Amino acid sequence: MHNALSHWSFAIPEIWVLVMACVVLLVDVYVGKRQRDLAFVLTGFSLLAAMALTWADRGQSGFAFFGQLRLDPFTSVASFFVELLTLLVLLYSRKYLLRRGLYRGEVFVLLLFALLGAMILISGSNLLVLYLGLELLALSQYALVAFQRDNVRATEAGLKYFILGALASALLLYGMSLLYGLTGSLNLQQIAVALINVGPQNFLLVLAVVFVVAGIAFKLGAAPFHMWLPDAYQGAPTPVTLFMSSVPKIAIFALFLRILVEGGYGSIEIWRQLFIALVLVSLLIGNVVAIAQTNLKRMLAYSTVGNMGFLALGIVAGTQNGLASAFFYAVVYALMATAAFGLIVYLSREGFEAEEISDLRGLGRSRPWAAFLLLVIMFSLAGVPPTIGFYAKLAVFQALIEAHFVWLAVYGVLMAVVGAFYYLRVLKVALFDPPTEDLRYGADDPLAASVLTVNSVALLILGIVPGALLAFCFHALQGVL
Amino acid sequence: MYSFGILSAAIWVPIVGGFLVLALGDRAGGNLARWASLLVSVATFAITLPLLTGFDTQTASMQFVERIPWIPSFHIEYFLGIDGISLWFILLTSFLTVLVVISSWRNVSSRLSQYLAAFLIMDGLMIGVFCALDAILFYVFWEAMLIPMFLIIGVWGGPRRVYATIKFFLYTFLGSVLMLVAFLYLYFHCGDSFSLLAFQRTPLGTSAQTWIFLAFLIAFAVKIPMWPVHTWLPDAHVEAPTAGSVILAAVMLKMGAYGFLRLSLPITPDASHQLAWLMITLSLIAIVYIALIAVVQKDMKKLIAYSSIAHMGYVTLGFFVFTQTAVEGAIIQMLSHGFVSAAMFLCVGVLYDRMHTREIEAYGGVANVMPIFASLMMLFAMGNVGLPGTSGFVGEFMVVLGTYQAYPWPAIIAATGLITGAAYTLWLFKRVLFGGIVHAQVAALNDLNGREILVLGSLAGLVLLLGVWPAPFLDVVHVSVAHLLQQVSVSKIPS
Repeated sequence: MHNALSHWSFAIPEIWVLVMACVVLLVDVYVGKRQRDLAFVLTGFSLLAAMALTWADRGQSGFAFFGQLRLDPFTSVASFFVELLTLLVLLYSRKYLLRRGLYRGEVFVLLLFALLGAMILISGSNLLVLYLGLELLALSQYALVAFQRDNVRATEAGLKYFILGALASALLLYGMSLLYGLTGSLNLQQIAVALINVGPQNFLLVLAVVFVVAGIAFKLGAAPFHMWLPDAYQGAPTPVTLFMSSVPKIAIFALFLRILVEGGYGSIEIWRQLFIALVLVSLLIGNVVAIAQTNLKRMLAYSTVGNMGFLALGIVAGTQNGLASAFFYAVVYALMATAAFGLIVYLSREGFEAEEISDLRGLGRSRPWAAFLLLVIMFSLAGVPPTIGFYAKLAVFQALIEAHFVWLAVYGVLMAVVGAFYYLRVLKVALFDPPTEDLRYGADDPLAASVLTVNSVALLILGIVPGALLAFCFHALQGVL
Repeated sequence: MYSFGILSAAIWVPIVGGFLVLALGDRAGGNLARWASLLVSVATFAITLPLLTGFDTQTASMQFVERIPWIPSFHIEYFLGIDGISLWFILLTSFLTVLVVISSWRNVSSRLSQYLAAFLIMDGLMIGVFCALDAILFYVFWEAMLIPMFLIIGVWGGPRRVYATIKFFLYTFLGSVLMLVAFLYLYFHCGDSFSLLAFQRTPLGTSAQTWIFLAFLIAFAVKIPMWPVHTWLPDAHVEAPTAGSVILAAVMLKMGAYGFLRLSLPITPDASHQLAWLMITLSLIAIVYIALIAVVQKDMKKLIAYSSIAHMGYVTLGFFVFTQTAVEGAIIQMLSHGFVSAAMFLCVGVLYDRMHTREIEAYGGVANVMPIFASLMMLFAMGNVGLPGTSGFVGEFMVVLGTYQAYPWPAIIAATGLITGAAYTLWLFKRVLFGGIVHAQVAALNDLNGREILVLGSLAGLVLLLGVWPAPFLDVVHVSVAHLLQQVSVSKIPS
């Protein structure tokens, strides 16, 4: 720790993303008008390079900047996934943005800054650093949601998201301040040590944990803190929804891991109770309310609520395997969500967002390949084998039963059946209903088409040979306790 | 005890073949897809034949075993193997898929390649269920199979297909998720292994056994289906296309029963004994009450669907009286029902292709214009009734006999089901085939073509073969059943 500054090399991916965000901003200012694609290509290159840098770092561990940032197996794996997902978002959205006049440098810069925020959430080792990461991610997202200024829905969604998001940040910050007051430190390792003497009966600790969990639940979108989610998902331009539904889920899980496991594992008995309540409500609201939706984006928003409930099941287990399975769930969910929203992006065109469920009528006849991909995505979301979604649920339930929460596992599987219904309904519309006459999908972007194909087929292939991805994610959480 | 990967080939050849057929599309008016599917299904059947010739009937241990790690972090293995109980069902599955491909040759109007591909993929998955010896692998096949069936009913089904297919999917999905919880519980209980053989060995306390038995029961009872969770079946059968009904009745229903033999009985023997009264009661309700419902049906497919439920009642009855005769009889009954119900649904399909209605009232006097059809259907009706000389007799007789050895009264009640069975089957037969020709449409019916004679004729041969000479079938299952009953008789409650 003494020569910690010299270990700045542990933070190379973060530094790289920061530098490149500034470079893209400058490049766009000077040549953007003539050569917009330059910024796009440059952003794509930055993300690829960031992935390579992160990959090169894996296996190492240590601290950078006097213990502010931390590199461990989890950091590299989680950062790798958020970089990959951001790259997917970028590739999916090119045509969508072009068609709506949103193909501007700011989008790329904001994406890179949001990614940086997510990476800092993953690697932060100090409460204030984590908070800065969270705000960087959140502010970039607020701007992205409201980016389509002439769209009333988008601005409304942006405002709602901003107000509720700020409230969540405030709750979290308040919880952090209580933790600081209790332990006298912002450093997570020192907090962990100091909490040994505090004990789980301490009222202030309970209060601190309640606020932190509430903030995390808000950001994740777990019920009953989910009110912002359907509006924000529906109102935001679909590529932004794509981002919101994938990258932050992994980043916020990392935030949970850093604060409540690395720092506050001593308070597990407190936060486990809170997460049980979140699970019970999220699974119910997410899966039942989704049935009533007619808008696909809204339905997927409620599906997010339900899925965060499943993710929280792993957190409730609280064991090594439980946390690893929750992380695995976050990664798998992010991959499924990108595919689902990616499909909507792909099918949309100017003036037609393909976001109503009924817009998919007869997809099986008019676009069989897209319908096949939809089939894979929906069954994966429903957790039906042989798709990767099944193994995500399997991992979570396995950890839960290992921790002797059989009743919660039974509740979870029953809710999975309820959830299956609304995914099937989407398939029913797409595959069984006859096509409508006047429907013309966009579906002419070869880039998005190929990314979507790779993304969705991966859900199936990974479902047949899930071993490597599972081991990769589980290995990341080795020794977290 | 050797392994050439026959089982893997039997699973993966049809699945890969199915995707190839999908890729071929409906070129050349679908002829390419037709011949490719036929080739794949015949190849699969050919692959499964060495299982029979190379099978050692003297041992109850697993044969043709393949075992490699699949998901090492969770100790999930790719673990396949068969014994005398599973062998016949693998052959039944691959054989019926050939028939299904042939019978769908001309009567599917849209998206033929996708239709055939769904059946081929399902073929592989169903074979997978019958030879998986790892719990998660079993579950994956068990669930994955729902996807093609969901599509077959939903895309190619009748007017109420959407309702029927979603009901089908949700019922079976609900049933099986609890089985998954039971698997996970057992995994930790027997020291981090998902092997079904390890599950069978591990001791279990009384309450754990009861809960696990009930979890399995829900999964299998829905699939078989047993009263009172049978309501999805008539809907699914009526709406499904002919080939879908055939596979549903002949193979999928057997999976629930197979689950009892492979999982419930050996893993929870004490609970099986304790709850045998429940199982016997439910079986008798199916035999008596469901058969009565079958009598009053106006739709031919619905009638056969209810008759299937009643016949499966004999199967579950046979399992839970724990005598060698009854269990073997139940297995023969499963096979017999596989042939007979497939044939009955194909017969209805033959009529439906020509008349586009399944209402019994729309027919009458069909025997006058379709003599070959009438004689074949006569045979299958007799098989359904359980007339001596047909396969139905062997199974039902053995079950009733075996039950009588243990419990006389249930056996007597079950025997009344034979009479009801005769009533609804013969009445159906009479109303559809005999009497005067009711109207011009019936008069214009053509008799069976060569393709239909091939399909129905081969099933007729099997019904007779199993009826008059069941010994070769029984030889295969004998040792495995004896081993199973020995497992069930030993208490697993730790002392």
